[in-house]
Amino acid sequence: MTAPVDPGHVVAAAVVAGAVTFTLRAAPFALLRPLRESALAARLAVWMPAGVLAILAIVMLLEAAALSPGASVDGPRVACALVATALTVLVHVLGSRRTLLSIGAGTLAYVLLVNLVL
Amino acid sequence: MHATSDAVAPPPSAASGAGDRRSEVLLGIRLSGPAGLGLFPLGVAFGMLVVQAGLPGWAAPLLSVVVFAGSVELLLVGLIAAATPLAAVAVTVLLVNFRHVFYAFGFPLHVVRSRAARIYSMGALIDEAYAIAAAHPRGWTAPRLLAMQVSLHLYWVLGGVAGVGVAGLLPAPVEGLEFALTALFTVLALDAARTRRHLPLVLAAAAAVGVALLVAPGGLLVTSFLVFVGVLVVAHAAAARGARLPLPEPDPATDPAPVLGAAGPVESRSQDADRGRRTG
Repeated sequence: MTAPVDPGHVVAAAVVAGAVTFTLRAAPFALLRPLRESALAARLAVWMPAGVLAILAIVMLLEAAALSPGASVDGPRVACALVATALTVLVHVLGSRRTLLSIGAGTLAYVLLVNLVL
Repeated sequence: MHATSDAVAPPPSAASGAGDRRSEVLLGIRLSGPAGLGLFPLGVAFGMLVVQAGLPGWAAPLLSVVVFAGSVELLLVGLIAAATPLAAVAVTVLLVNFRHVFYAFGFPLHVVRSRAARIYSMGALIDEAYAIAAAHPRGWTAPRLLAMQVSLHLYWVLGGVAGVGVAGLLPAPVEGLEFALTALFTVLALDAARTRRHLPLVLAAAAAVGVALLVAPGGLLVTSFLVFVGVLVVAHAAAARGARLPLPEPDPATDPAPVLGAAGPVESRSQDADRGRRTG
């Protein structure tokens, strides 16, 4: 993939992608304004974070384990990701919830497992 | 505007002393740190990909400043290298970034007053920014929120530039570093689900991913969000009819504008400090 890339296309793609992304992020705030008083919005605001974060964590776990669609299931890699996730949870709960420590421990474990064991 | 009735956010005129602002900025930077641990290495990987795909090096900082959306930018590299038409680029970005429409629920944008700052804050509402706000439901101020988002933006842009720089030096990036983002979201989910009443929400989220895996494995994240929100809307309908659900209830003492999170019995140190200010 070393064919020359048109700089104009790079800039245009960046502008288009940026505009679409900004619209997706900003529009709901304008649409939401009349909803602010509603009981539904209040409940969603309280209920969503834990679930949304759990979904992000699970989907990221699946991606880290290369379990994404199309890819064949890589058993040993899934096992590594599960072990590293379990370690992250353990360190976080037992280590008085120091975020950096938990992330560092989990990531180090995964890097070591993937590079040394697989 | 409901910010005036929000006890969490002091009016800017009341408490915008230089010292206060400085400590709020520092706190915002500190809150962004753990996410930077995931964003920076991912940015390095992105920068290396840009060079390997044959794009000019400046494409990395350009995309990271203008688009600022990790997964989309990684996709864009391939799309641009293949000279994909702009309409196809727009549709791809729309599908991949559609999840962001859910983030307006609960993101504390109402603490930001300046119009320019509001526009920046909305544009820089990436997964990690939402996650940090969700994990620390109370006490957001404009300087803290903006410092957090600008820091995330910097980690991502600088990571991309570093990736472009080292692309020619390393044979391959260290494998497995991307797990930092998985670990980050795991930890933030643990922090957000602080009480037993949050457990059904986490189980529903896991079930939603399971359904999405069966129904639409190609759009895993968006489908999972849609299924999960659908379940919540049904739960809301039940609660509105008087059903007593084992779920956290909105705190009637807080602003009717969705300030994130029900206060659980266990909160982190910084939130305890916020609570002190709340009641004080």
